[in-house]
Amino acid sequence: MSAQSRTRASGVGRVLVAVYAILAIAALGRSIFQIVDRFEEAPIAFSLSAVAAVVYVLATVALAAGWDRLAWVTISFELAGVLLVGTLSVAAPQLLGLDDANPFGREATVWSAFGAGYLFVPLVLPVLGILWLRARARSEASA
Amino acid sequence: MILPFTLVQLALACLVGLVCVALGLAGRKPNDLTVLSLGLVELLLLAQLVVAIVAPLAGNAPTGNPVEFWAYLIAAVVIPPLAIVWALVERTRWSNVVLGAAAFAVAVMVWRMEQIWSVQLA
Repeated sequence: MSAQSRTRASGVGRVLVAVYAILAIAALGRSIFQIVDRFEEAPIAFSLSAVAAVVYVLATVALAAGWDRLAWVTISFELAGVLLVGTLSVAAPQLLGLDDANPFGREATVWSAFGAGYLFVPLVLPVLGILWLRARARSEASA
Repeated sequence: MILPFTLVQLALACLVGLVCVALGLAGRKPNDLTVLSLGLVELLLLAQLVVAIVAPLAGNAPTGNPVEFWAYLIAAVVIPPLAIVWALVERTRWSNVVLGAAAFAVAVMVWRMEQIWSVQLA
């Protein structure tokens, strides 16, 4: 691996870390507030939201520290979560204890409507993360 | 909050986000344009801070939870300086993408703040 491609790979990795950090803080802050302020309104959705937030924090730390195995587990979990909870939030919001599927409302969470309230970052980011982890593993194997 | 001001702020943050991400993906390193554009985003946030303090005194109080509103505002005010420091420390094209991501994050947060301020039960 040339010095240049190493710089580039770590550069993209830094962007992933930065965006993950923003998302982790956004999800964590919001879920803490929702749980403290209105947990009884949608306990299932808010609990899932808190789990998601903690996993985003773990993913951010794993990416920043280069713990690839933890990064794989957390990022895969997020992708599964946003697809599953996103689908439920649109198709059957009542299953999550939500009144509606509005991704911008007071009961909205990070995975509601595939993360529409977060510019779909929760949907796109795990895919980019997996692509990046794969590319890096491949370049390290060939180095 | 004052809706027209919020909309201007929202449009500016989105524009700055697009320009910074585009320049970063085009291979440009952070320069005065991208760093100062985040400075402008920050300036409008500080103006929003003043509005949020003064507006309730003039009879325009938040309809939603003020704690939630202030949590968003304080977090938003902190983001552009962090992104600027990032861009000054790491002078690569990817720092422009980070600057852009920060601007988009501010845009979303400003929109949430407007909802909490003006939409009942938002």
